Amino acid sequence: MEAAAPIVKFTSLQKRYGDGPLVLDGISLAVQPGDFITFIGPSGCGKSTVLKLVSGLSPWTVGELSVAGMKPRQARDRQAFIFQDATLLPWLTAQLNVELPRRLRGAPEAERAAKARQMLALVGLGAVSGYYPRQLSGGMKMRVSIARALTLAPQLLLLDEPFGALDEMTRNRLNEELLALRAQAPFTAMFVTHSMAEAVFLSNRIVVMAANPGRLHAEVAVEFPYPRPPELRARPDFQAKVNEVSRLLHEVEEPVPA
Amino acid sequence: MKKLPPILRWGLPVASGVLFVALWYGVRLVSGLQSWILPTPIEIITAAWNEHARLLAAAGHTAVGALGGFVLAAALGFATSLLLGVSRSLRAGLYPWLLVLQMTPVIVLTPIIMLWAGPGMPGIITITWLISYFPIVANMTQGLLSTDMNHVALFRMCNASRVQEMLLLRVPAAMPLYLAGLRIAATLAPIGAIFGEYMVGNSSGGTGGLGFLVYSYNTQIKIPALFATALTSCLLGFIFVAAVSWLNWAVLHKWHDSFERNDH
Repeated sequence: MEAAAPIVKFTSLQKRYGDGPLVLDGISLAVQPGDFITFIGPSGCGKSTVLKLVSGLSPWTVGELSVAGMKPRQARDRQAFIFQDATLLPWLTAQLNVELPRRLRGAPEAERAAKARQMLALVGLGAVSGYYPRQLSGGMKMRVSIARALTLAPQLLLLDEPFGALDEMTRNRLNEELLALRAQAPFTAMFVTHSMAEAVFLSNRIVVMAANPGRLHAEVAVEFPYPRPPELRARPDFQAKVNEVSRLLHEVEEPVPA
Repeated sequence: MKKLPPILRWGLPVASGVLFVALWYGVRLVSGLQSWILPTPIEIITAAWNEHARLLAAAGHTAVGALGGFVLAAALGFATSLLLGVSRSLRAGLYPWLLVLQMTPVIVLTPIIMLWAGPGMPGIITITWLISYFPIVANMTQGLLSTDMNHVALFRMCNASRVQEMLLLRVPAAMPLYLAGLRIAATLAPIGAIFGEYMVGNSSGGTGGLGFLVYSYNTQIKIPALFATALTSCLLGFIFVAAVSWLNWAVLHKWHDSFERNDH
Protein backbone atom coordinates (compact mmCIF):
# COMPACT_ATOMS: atom_id res chain seq x y z
CA MET A 1 0.00 0.00 0.00
CA GLU A 2 1.27 3.47 -0.84
CA ALA A 3 1.74 5.94 1.96
CA ALA A 4 -0.33 8.74 0.39
CA ALA A 5 -2.97 10.30 2.63
CA PRO A 6 -6.42 8.87 1.90
CA ILE A 7 -8.78 11.21 0.04
CA VAL A 8 -11.77 9.89 1.98
CA LYS A 9 -11.50 8.38 5.45
CA PHE A 10 -14.31 6.86 7.51
CA THR A 11 -13.56 6.07 11.16
CA SER A 12 -16.06 3.98 13.17
CA LEU A 13 -18.89 5.85 11.57
CA GLN A 14 -22.58 5.45 12.45
CA LYS A 15 -25.56 7.02 10.74
CA ARG A 16 -29.23 7.13 11.60
CA TYR A 17 -32.00 9.35 10.24
CA GLY A 18 -33.68 11.11 13.17
CA ASP A 19 -34.77 8.56 15.76
CA GLY A 20 -34.87 5.77 13.18
CA PRO A 21 -32.82 2.57 13.24
CA LEU A 22 -29.12 2.56 12.40
CA VAL A 23 -28.58 2.92 8.65
CA LEU A 24 -24.83 2.52 8.81
CA ASP A 25 -22.76 1.00 11.60
CA GLY A 26 -19.06 0.62 12.24
CA ILE A 27 -17.90 1.98 8.89
CA SER A 28 -14.11 2.29 8.80
CA LEU A 29 -12.59 2.67 5.39
CA ALA A 30 -9.86 4.63 3.63
CA VAL A 31 -10.22 5.56 -0.04
CA GLN A 32 -6.85 6.24 -1.62
CA PRO A 33 -6.30 8.83 -4.36
CA GLY A 34 -6.78 7.11 -7.71
CA ASP A 35 -9.04 4.38 -6.34
CA PHE A 36 -12.11 3.33 -8.27
CA ILE A 37 -14.05 1.88 -5.35
CA THR A 38 -17.47 0.33 -5.82
CA PHE A 39 -20.09 -0.31 -3.15
CA ILE A 40 -22.41 -3.20 -3.81
CA GLY A 41 -24.97 -4.85 -1.58
CA PRO A 42 -28.65 -5.64 -1.02
CA SER A 43 -31.29 -2.91 -0.98
CA GLY A 44 -31.21 -0.92 2.23
CA CYS A 45 -27.54 -1.59 2.98
CA GLY A 46 -26.87 2.15 2.97
CA LYS A 47 -24.57 2.25 -0.03
CA SER A 48 -26.17 5.40 -1.41
CA THR A 49 -26.06 6.93 2.07
CA VAL A 50 -22.28 6.47 2.06
CA LEU A 51 -22.09 8.80 -0.97
CA LYS A 52 -24.48 11.31 0.57
CA LEU A 53 -22.29 11.55 3.66
CA VAL A 54 -19.15 12.10 1.60
CA SER A 55 -20.86 14.84 -0.41
CA GLY A 56 -21.98 16.61 2.75
CA LEU A 57 -25.62 16.40 1.70
CA SER A 58 -26.45 14.46 4.85
CA PRO A 59 -24.81 14.48 8.30
CA TRP A 60 -23.57 11.36 10.10
CA THR A 61 -24.35 10.54 13.71
CA VAL A 62 -21.24 9.11 15.39
CA GLY A 63 -17.61 8.71 14.30
CA GLU A 64 -15.38 10.59 11.89
CA LEU A 65 -15.40 11.29 8.18
CA SER A 66 -12.92 13.44 6.32
CA VAL A 67 -12.63 14.32 2.64
CA ALA A 68 -9.21 15.56 1.52
CA GLY A 69 -8.47 16.13 5.20
CA MET A 70 -11.49 18.43 5.59
CA LYS A 71 -15.12 18.23 6.63
CA PRO A 72 -17.16 16.93 3.67
CA ARG A 73 -19.00 20.22 3.12
CA GLN A 74 -15.74 22.17 2.95
CA ALA A 75 -14.40 19.78 0.33
CA ARG A 76 -17.34 20.25 -2.03
CA ASP A 77 -15.38 22.10 -4.68
CA ARG A 78 -13.19 19.02 -5.08
CA GLN A 79 -16.04 16.63 -5.72
CA ALA A 80 -18.92 16.10 -8.11
CA PHE A 81 -22.01 13.94 -7.83
CA ILE A 82 -23.68 11.91 -10.56
CA PHE A 83 -27.18 10.88 -9.60
CA GLN A 84 -29.31 7.86 -10.49
CA ASP A 85 -31.13 9.85 -13.10
CA ALA A 86 -29.36 12.46 -15.17
CA THR A 87 -30.91 15.39 -13.20
CA LEU A 88 -30.54 17.75 -16.14
CA LEU A 89 -32.50 20.98 -15.91
CA PRO A 90 -35.19 20.45 -18.57
CA TRP A 91 -35.38 24.14 -19.52
CA LEU A 92 -31.68 24.32 -20.43
CA THR A 93 -30.01 22.92 -23.52
CA ALA A 94 -27.32 20.27 -23.13
CA GLN A 95 -24.70 22.99 -23.57
CA LEU A 96 -26.19 25.21 -20.83
CA ASN A 97 -26.64 22.21 -18.52
CA VAL A 98 -22.93 21.44 -18.76
CA GLU A 99 -22.14 25.12 -18.19
CA LEU A 100 -24.17 25.19 -14.98
CA PRO A 101 -21.51 24.30 -12.36
CA ARG A 102 -19.17 26.99 -13.68
CA ARG A 103 -22.02 29.44 -14.02
CA LEU A 104 -22.87 28.91 -10.35
CA ARG A 105 -19.26 29.76 -9.54
CA GLY A 106 -19.48 32.99 -11.50
CA ALA A 107 -17.14 31.96 -14.32
CA PRO A 108 -17.15 34.33 -17.32
CA GLU A 109 -19.61 33.31 -20.02
CA ALA A 110 -17.09 32.78 -22.79
CA GLU A 111 -14.87 30.59 -20.61
CA ARG A 112 -17.65 28.36 -19.33
CA ALA A 113 -19.16 28.03 -22.81
CA ALA A 114 -15.83 26.94 -24.27
CA LYS A 115 -15.25 24.45 -21.45
CA ALA A 116 -18.76 23.00 -21.84
CA ARG A 117 -18.30 22.59 -25.61
CA GLN A 118 -15.05 20.77 -24.94
CA MET A 119 -16.66 18.47 -22.37
CA LEU A 120 -19.62 17.68 -24.65
CA ALA A 121 -17.24 16.84 -27.47
CA LEU A 122 -15.34 14.58 -25.08
CA VAL A 123 -18.48 12.53 -24.35
CA GLY A 124 -19.31 12.46 -28.08
CA LEU A 125 -22.25 14.88 -27.94
CA GLY A 126 -20.78 17.91 -29.69
CA ALA A 127 -23.47 17.68 -32.37
CA VAL A 128 -26.46 17.86 -30.01
CA SER A 129 -25.28 20.64 -27.68
CA GLY A 130 -28.33 22.74 -28.60
CA TYR A 131 -30.84 20.00 -27.79
CA TYR A 132 -33.09 20.07 -24.76
CA PRO A 133 -32.97 17.05 -22.41
CA ARG A 134 -36.34 15.71 -23.54
CA GLN A 135 -34.93 15.39 -27.06
CA LEU A 136 -32.10 13.13 -25.85
CA SER A 137 -32.09 9.37 -25.19
CA GLY A 138 -31.40 8.01 -21.70
CA GLY A 139 -27.79 7.22 -22.55
CA MET A 140 -27.22 10.68 -24.05
CA LYS A 141 -28.71 12.35 -20.99
CA MET A 142 -26.36 10.41 -18.77
CA ARG A 143 -23.40 11.45 -20.95
CA VAL A 144 -24.42 15.09 -20.54
CA SER A 145 -24.63 14.48 -16.79
CA ILE A 146 -21.10 13.03 -16.81
CA ALA A 147 -19.82 15.97 -18.86
CA ARG A 148 -21.42 18.35 -16.36
CA ALA A 149 -19.83 16.55 -13.41
CA LEU A 150 -16.38 16.56 -15.00
CA THR A 151 -16.47 20.18 -16.14
CA LEU A 152 -14.93 21.30 -12.83
CA ALA A 153 -12.22 18.60 -13.03
CA PRO A 154 -13.13 17.11 -9.63
CA GLN A 155 -10.61 15.05 -7.63
CA LEU A 156 -13.42 12.86 -6.38
CA LEU A 157 -16.41 11.68 -8.37
CA LEU A 158 -19.39 10.17 -6.56
CA LEU A 159 -21.66 8.04 -8.74
CA ASP A 160 -24.94 6.71 -7.36
CA GLU A 161 -26.12 3.93 -9.71
CA PRO A 162 -25.74 6.23 -12.71
CA PHE A 163 -26.31 3.54 -15.33
CA GLY A 164 -29.00 1.51 -13.54
CA ALA A 165 -31.82 2.65 -15.82
CA LEU A 166 -29.98 1.98 -19.10
CA ASP A 167 -30.05 -1.10 -21.31
CA GLU A 168 -27.05 -3.38 -20.98
CA MET A 169 -25.36 -2.41 -24.25
CA THR A 170 -25.54 1.29 -23.44
CA ARG A 171 -24.39 0.58 -19.91
CA ASN A 172 -21.33 -1.36 -21.12
CA ARG A 173 -20.42 1.37 -23.56
CA LEU A 174 -20.76 4.07 -20.90
CA ASN A 175 -18.59 2.00 -18.55
CA GLU A 176 -15.86 1.98 -21.17
CA GLU A 177 -16.28 5.69 -21.83
CA LEU A 178 -16.10 6.47 -18.12
CA LEU A 179 -12.78 4.66 -17.81
CA ALA A 180 -11.48 6.43 -20.92
CA LEU A 181 -12.43 9.81 -19.45
CA ARG A 182 -10.70 8.86 -16.23
CA ALA A 183 -7.55 7.98 -18.14
CA GLN A 184 -7.50 11.49 -19.64
CA ALA A 185 -8.30 13.43 -16.47
CA PRO A 186 -7.70 11.19 -13.45
CA PHE A 187 -10.19 11.26 -10.60
CA THR A 188 -10.92 9.07 -7.64
CA ALA A 189 -14.32 7.41 -7.99
CA MET A 190 -16.80 6.13 -5.42
CA PHE A 191 -19.41 4.16 -7.29
CA VAL A 192 -22.65 2.48 -6.25
CA THR A 193 -24.23 -0.25 -8.35
CA HIS A 194 -26.34 -3.40 -8.29
CA SER A 195 -24.44 -4.92 -11.20
CA MET A 196 -21.59 -7.26 -10.32
CA ALA A 197 -20.15 -7.25 -13.84
CA GLU A 198 -20.15 -3.46 -13.89
CA ALA A 199 -18.42 -3.39 -10.49
CA VAL A 200 -15.67 -5.78 -11.62
CA PHE A 201 -15.15 -4.03 -14.95
CA LEU A 202 -14.77 -0.55 -13.46
CA SER A 203 -13.18 -0.95 -10.05
CA ASN A 204 -9.87 -1.74 -8.45
CA ARG A 205 -11.71 -2.25 -5.13
CA ILE A 206 -15.18 -3.64 -4.48
CA VAL A 207 -16.78 -3.27 -1.07
CA VAL A 208 -19.60 -5.72 -0.40
CA MET A 209 -22.07 -4.34 2.13
CA ALA A 210 -24.67 -6.03 4.33
CA ALA A 211 -27.99 -4.54 5.47
CA ASN A 212 -29.79 -3.94 8.79
CA PRO A 213 -27.76 -2.11 9.82
CA GLY A 214 -25.65 -1.23 6.79
CA ARG A 215 -22.09 -2.36 7.31
CA LEU A 216 -18.98 -3.42 5.41
CA HIS A 217 -18.99 -7.17 4.85
CA ALA A 218 -15.94 -7.86 2.69
CA GLU A 219 -13.59 -6.20 0.27
CA VAL A 220 -12.46 -7.63 -3.06
CA ALA A 221 -9.38 -6.35 -4.87
CA VAL A 222 -9.68 -6.32 -8.67
CA GLU A 223 -6.19 -6.38 -10.12
CA PHE A 224 -6.82 -6.16 -13.87
CA PRO A 225 -4.62 -3.31 -15.10
CA TYR A 226 -6.10 -0.18 -16.66
CA PRO A 227 -6.85 0.56 -19.46
CA ARG A 228 -9.33 -2.30 -19.52
CA PRO A 229 -10.48 -3.41 -22.98
CA PRO A 230 -14.12 -4.47 -23.56
CA GLU A 231 -12.84 -8.00 -24.30
CA LEU A 232 -11.92 -8.31 -20.63
CA ARG A 233 -15.56 -9.16 -19.90
CA ALA A 234 -15.25 -12.41 -21.88
CA ARG A 235 -12.19 -13.69 -20.01
CA PRO A 236 -12.50 -16.58 -17.52
CA ASP A 237 -10.56 -14.71 -14.79
CA PHE A 238 -13.07 -11.82 -15.16
CA GLN A 239 -15.92 -14.27 -14.74
CA ALA A 240 -14.15 -15.79 -11.73
CA LYS A 241 -14.02 -12.33 -10.13
CA VAL A 242 -17.72 -11.80 -10.78
CA ASN A 243 -18.40 -15.18 -9.17
CA GLU A 244 -16.36 -14.22 -6.13
CA VAL A 245 -18.44 -11.04 -5.66
CA SER A 246 -21.59 -13.06 -6.26
CA ARG A 247 -20.63 -15.52 -3.55
CA LEU A 248 -19.97 -12.71 -1.07
CA LEU A 249 -23.32 -11.11 -1.94
CA HIS A 250 -24.98 -14.43 -1.34
CA GLU A 251 -23.57 -14.51 2.19
CA VAL A 252 -25.27 -11.24 3.07
CA GLU A 253 -28.56 -11.93 1.32
CA GLU A 254 -31.58 -11.69 3.59
CA PRO A 255 -33.28 -15.08 3.98
CA VAL A 256 -36.31 -15.13 1.71
CA PRO A 257 -39.51 -15.70 3.71
CA ALA A 258 -41.14 -18.99 2.67
CA MET B 1 -52.92 10.43 -26.01
CA LYS B 2 -54.20 9.90 -29.55
CA LYS B 3 -55.37 13.02 -31.28
CA LEU B 4 -58.74 13.26 -33.03
CA PRO B 5 -58.55 13.70 -36.81
CA PRO B 6 -58.80 17.42 -37.74
CA ILE B 7 -62.21 17.02 -39.34
CA LEU B 8 -63.67 15.85 -36.01
CA ARG B 9 -61.73 18.39 -33.94
CA TRP B 10 -63.42 21.21 -35.90
CA GLY B 11 -66.54 19.36 -36.90
CA LEU B 12 -67.70 18.22 -33.45
CA PRO B 13 -67.90 21.68 -31.79
CA VAL B 14 -69.61 23.08 -34.92
CA ALA B 15 -72.10 20.21 -34.91
CA SER B 16 -72.91 20.62 -31.22
CA GLY B 17 -73.27 24.39 -31.77
CA VAL B 18 -75.70 23.88 -34.64
CA LEU B 19 -77.65 21.40 -32.53
CA PHE B 20 -77.79 23.89 -29.66
CA VAL B 21 -79.11 26.72 -31.90
CA ALA B 22 -81.72 24.36 -33.38
CA LEU B 23 -82.88 23.41 -29.87
CA TRP B 24 -83.01 27.10 -29.00
CA TYR B 25 -85.33 27.84 -31.92
CA GLY B 26 -87.35 24.75 -31.05
CA VAL B 27 -87.91 25.89 -27.46
CA ARG B 28 -88.86 29.37 -28.65
CA LEU B 29 -91.42 27.99 -31.17
CA VAL B 30 -92.94 25.37 -28.91
CA SER B 31 -93.13 27.53 -25.76
CA GLY B 32 -94.38 30.68 -27.47
CA LEU B 33 -92.12 32.83 -25.22
CA GLN B 34 -91.81 36.53 -26.11
CA SER B 35 -88.67 37.98 -27.67
CA TRP B 36 -87.87 40.00 -24.52
CA ILE B 37 -87.76 36.78 -22.48
CA LEU B 38 -85.98 34.47 -24.94
CA PRO B 39 -84.70 36.24 -28.07
CA THR B 40 -83.68 34.08 -31.04
CA PRO B 41 -80.02 34.01 -32.09
CA ILE B 42 -80.88 36.15 -35.11
CA GLU B 43 -82.47 38.79 -32.88
CA ILE B 44 -79.34 38.78 -30.72
CA ILE B 45 -77.04 39.18 -33.72
CA THR B 46 -79.23 41.99 -35.02
CA ALA B 47 -79.09 43.70 -31.63
CA ALA B 48 -75.30 43.23 -31.58
CA TRP B 49 -75.08 44.86 -35.01
CA ASN B 50 -77.30 47.77 -34.03
CA GLU B 51 -75.40 48.34 -30.80
CA HIS B 52 -71.94 47.50 -32.13
CA ALA B 53 -70.45 50.95 -31.53
CA ARG B 54 -71.48 50.97 -27.87
CA LEU B 55 -70.51 47.33 -27.41
CA LEU B 56 -67.05 47.82 -28.88
CA ALA B 57 -66.37 50.95 -26.86
CA ALA B 58 -67.56 49.16 -23.73
CA ALA B 59 -65.46 46.09 -24.53
CA GLY B 60 -62.42 48.34 -24.91
CA HIS B 61 -63.11 49.90 -21.53
CA THR B 62 -63.54 46.46 -19.96
CA ALA B 63 -60.37 45.16 -21.61
CA VAL B 64 -58.36 48.01 -20.05
CA GLY B 65 -59.74 47.22 -16.58
CA ALA B 66 -59.26 43.48 -17.00
CA LEU B 67 -55.73 43.85 -18.34
CA GLY B 68 -54.78 46.31 -15.60
CA GLY B 69 -56.02 44.02 -12.85
CA PHE B 70 -54.51 40.95 -14.53
CA VAL B 71 -51.05 42.48 -14.93
CA LEU B 72 -51.17 43.72 -11.36
CA ALA B 73 -52.15 40.24 -10.15
CA ALA B 74 -49.46 38.58 -12.28
CA ALA B 75 -46.73 40.89 -10.95
CA LEU B 76 -47.83 40.95 -7.31
CA GLY B 77 -48.61 37.23 -7.43
CA PHE B 78 -45.09 36.49 -8.65
CA ALA B 79 -43.53 38.71 -5.97
CA THR B 80 -45.69 37.30 -3.19
CA SER B 81 -44.84 33.73 -4.20
CA LEU B 82 -41.13 34.51 -4.12
CA LEU B 83 -41.53 35.73 -0.54
CA LEU B 84 -43.57 32.68 0.42
CA GLY B 85 -41.13 30.37 -1.34
CA VAL B 86 -38.05 31.85 0.35
CA SER B 87 -39.10 31.52 3.95
CA ARG B 88 -41.05 29.00 5.95
CA SER B 89 -41.90 31.66 8.56
CA LEU B 90 -43.29 34.08 5.97
CA ARG B 91 -45.32 31.22 4.54
CA ALA B 92 -46.73 30.29 7.93
CA GLY B 93 -47.38 33.95 8.77
CA LEU B 94 -48.94 35.13 5.52
CA TYR B 95 -50.67 32.23 3.81
CA PRO B 96 -53.66 32.03 6.20
CA TRP B 97 -54.34 35.74 5.59
CA LEU B 98 -54.18 35.26 1.85
CA LEU B 99 -56.80 32.56 2.30
CA VAL B 100 -58.91 34.93 4.38
CA LEU B 101 -58.68 37.48 1.57
CA GLN B 102 -59.70 34.84 -0.97
CA MET B 103 -62.56 33.52 1.17
CA THR B 104 -64.13 36.94 1.67
CA PRO B 105 -66.71 37.39 -1.10
CA VAL B 106 -65.69 40.25 -3.36
CA ILE B 107 -69.22 41.57 -3.31
CA VAL B 108 -68.82 42.31 0.41
CA LEU B 109 -65.58 44.16 -0.22
CA THR B 110 -66.88 46.18 -3.16
CA PRO B 111 -68.31 49.13 -1.18
CA ILE B 112 -65.07 49.32 0.81
CA ILE B 113 -63.01 49.23 -2.39
CA MET B 114 -65.18 51.95 -3.86
CA LEU B 115 -64.62 54.01 -0.74
CA TRP B 116 -60.85 53.56 -0.80
CA ALA B 117 -59.91 53.29 -4.46
CA GLY B 118 -62.69 55.52 -5.70
CA PRO B 119 -65.31 54.72 -8.34
CA GLY B 120 -64.40 54.07 -11.97
CA MET B 121 -61.18 52.50 -13.24
CA PRO B 122 -59.15 52.37 -9.98
CA GLY B 123 -61.94 50.45 -8.25
CA ILE B 124 -62.46 48.16 -11.26
CA ILE B 125 -58.75 47.33 -11.45
CA THR B 126 -58.64 46.66 -7.72
CA ILE B 127 -61.59 44.26 -7.92
CA THR B 128 -60.08 42.46 -10.94
CA TRP B 129 -56.76 42.15 -9.14
CA LEU B 130 -58.48 40.79 -6.03
CA ILE B 131 -60.27 38.08 -8.02
CA SER B 132 -57.29 36.91 -10.08
CA TYR B 133 -54.49 37.23 -7.51
CA PHE B 134 -54.94 34.13 -5.36
CA PRO B 135 -54.85 31.41 -8.06
CA ILE B 136 -51.55 32.84 -9.25
CA VAL B 137 -50.02 32.89 -5.77
CA ALA B 138 -51.31 29.42 -4.89
CA ASN B 139 -49.97 27.84 -8.08
CA MET B 140 -46.63 29.63 -8.18
CA THR B 141 -45.89 28.96 -4.49
CA GLN B 142 -46.69 25.29 -5.00
CA GLY B 143 -44.32 25.30 -7.97
CA LEU B 144 -41.49 26.91 -6.00
CA LEU B 145 -41.85 24.33 -3.25
CA SER B 146 -42.05 21.23 -5.46
CA THR B 147 -38.61 21.49 -7.03
CA ASP B 148 -36.98 18.12 -7.70
CA MET B 149 -34.89 17.24 -4.61
CA ASN B 150 -32.06 15.91 -6.76
CA HIS B 151 -31.86 19.26 -8.56
CA VAL B 152 -31.65 20.99 -5.19
CA ALA B 153 -28.90 18.54 -4.15
CA LEU B 154 -27.06 19.32 -7.38
CA PHE B 155 -27.16 23.04 -6.61
CA ARG B 156 -26.00 22.44 -3.03
CA MET B 157 -23.11 20.30 -4.33
CA CYS B 158 -22.07 23.25 -6.51
CA ASN B 159 -22.18 25.54 -3.44
CA ALA B 160 -24.92 27.60 -5.07
CA SER B 161 -26.21 30.57 -3.08
CA ARG B 162 -29.84 30.84 -1.98
CA VAL B 163 -30.39 33.54 -4.60
CA GLN B 164 -28.94 31.32 -7.34
CA GLU B 165 -31.06 28.41 -6.16
CA MET B 166 -34.16 30.62 -6.34
CA LEU B 167 -33.50 32.34 -9.66
CA LEU B 168 -31.78 29.59 -11.63
CA LEU B 169 -33.63 26.58 -10.26
CA ARG B 170 -36.86 27.16 -8.36
CA VAL B 171 -38.31 29.96 -10.49
CA PRO B 172 -37.79 28.25 -13.87
CA ALA B 173 -39.01 24.95 -12.39
CA ALA B 174 -42.16 26.74 -11.18
CA MET B 175 -42.89 28.35 -14.58
CA PRO B 176 -45.40 25.68 -15.71
CA LEU B 177 -47.42 26.19 -12.52
CA TYR B 178 -47.10 29.98 -12.67
CA LEU B 179 -48.50 29.88 -16.18
CA ALA B 180 -51.28 27.56 -15.05
CA GLY B 181 -52.13 30.20 -12.44
CA LEU B 182 -52.11 32.90 -15.11
CA ARG B 183 -54.43 30.80 -17.21
CA ILE B 184 -57.00 30.62 -14.41
CA ALA B 185 -56.50 34.34 -13.76
CA ALA B 186 -57.10 35.07 -17.46
CA THR B 187 -60.55 33.50 -17.25
CA LEU B 188 -61.30 35.45 -14.06
CA ALA B 189 -59.96 38.89 -15.04
CA PRO B 190 -62.71 39.86 -17.57
CA ILE B 191 -65.34 38.56 -15.14
CA GLY B 192 -63.79 40.66 -12.39
CA ALA B 193 -63.69 43.76 -14.58
CA ILE B 194 -67.31 43.36 -15.69
CA PHE B 195 -68.43 42.75 -12.14
CA GLY B 196 -66.47 45.82 -11.04
CA GLU B 197 -68.08 47.93 -13.77
CA TYR B 198 -71.49 46.66 -12.81
CA MET B 199 -70.88 47.55 -9.17
CA VAL B 200 -68.80 50.72 -9.30
CA GLY B 201 -68.76 51.79 -12.93
CA ASN B 202 -72.29 53.14 -13.03
CA SER B 203 -71.59 55.67 -10.36
CA SER B 204 -68.89 57.29 -12.46
CA GLY B 205 -71.26 59.03 -14.83
CA GLY B 206 -72.02 56.66 -17.66
CA THR B 207 -68.55 55.93 -19.08
CA GLY B 208 -68.64 52.30 -17.98
CA GLY B 209 -67.72 49.15 -19.85
CA LEU B 210 -69.66 45.95 -20.53
CA GLY B 211 -70.67 45.72 -16.87
CA PHE B 212 -72.29 49.11 -17.11
CA LEU B 213 -74.04 48.13 -20.36
CA VAL B 214 -75.53 45.12 -18.53
CA TYR B 215 -76.95 47.50 -15.96
CA SER B 216 -78.13 49.93 -18.59
CA TYR B 217 -79.76 47.40 -21.00
CA ASN B 218 -81.37 45.63 -18.06
CA THR B 219 -83.09 48.76 -16.79
CA GLN B 220 -84.21 49.51 -20.37
CA ILE B 221 -85.41 45.89 -20.79
CA LYS B 222 -83.35 45.59 -23.99
CA ILE B 223 -83.03 41.83 -23.57
CA PRO B 224 -81.55 40.94 -26.99
CA ALA B 225 -78.90 43.63 -26.42
CA LEU B 226 -78.24 42.08 -23.02
CA PHE B 227 -77.58 38.74 -24.73
CA ALA B 228 -75.34 40.54 -27.21
CA THR B 229 -73.39 41.96 -24.27
CA ALA B 230 -72.97 38.45 -22.92
CA LEU B 231 -71.66 37.33 -26.30
CA THR B 232 -69.19 40.23 -26.37
CA SER B 233 -67.99 39.42 -22.82
CA CYS B 234 -67.49 35.83 -23.85
CA LEU B 235 -65.38 36.89 -26.86
CA LEU B 236 -63.29 39.15 -24.64
CA GLY B 237 -62.69 36.22 -22.25
CA PHE B 238 -61.57 34.05 -25.17
CA ILE B 239 -59.09 36.70 -26.28
CA PHE B 240 -57.61 36.80 -22.78
CA VAL B 241 -57.31 33.03 -22.50
CA ALA B 242 -55.86 32.80 -26.01
CA ALA B 243 -53.22 35.40 -25.15
CA VAL B 244 -52.13 33.51 -22.04
CA SER B 245 -52.20 30.20 -23.92
CA TRP B 246 -49.85 31.76 -26.43
CA LEU B 247 -47.57 32.96 -23.61
CA ASN B 248 -47.65 29.45 -22.13
CA TRP B 249 -46.63 28.01 -25.48
CA ALA B 250 -43.91 30.60 -26.00
CA VAL B 251 -42.30 29.91 -22.62
CA LEU B 252 -42.69 26.14 -22.42
CA HIS B 253 -42.93 24.52 -25.85
CA LYS B 254 -39.19 24.00 -26.28
CA TRP B 255 -38.60 22.04 -23.12
CA HIS B 256 -41.76 21.10 -21.26
CA ASP B 257 -43.26 17.62 -21.51
CA SER B 258 -46.77 19.03 -21.97
CA PHE B 259 -45.65 19.99 -25.48
CA GLU B 260 -44.13 16.59 -26.23
CA ARG B 261 -44.70 15.74 -29.84
CA ASN B 262 -46.30 12.42 -30.71
CA ASP B 263 -44.25 11.74 -33.81
CA HIS B 264 -41.07 10.40 -32.27
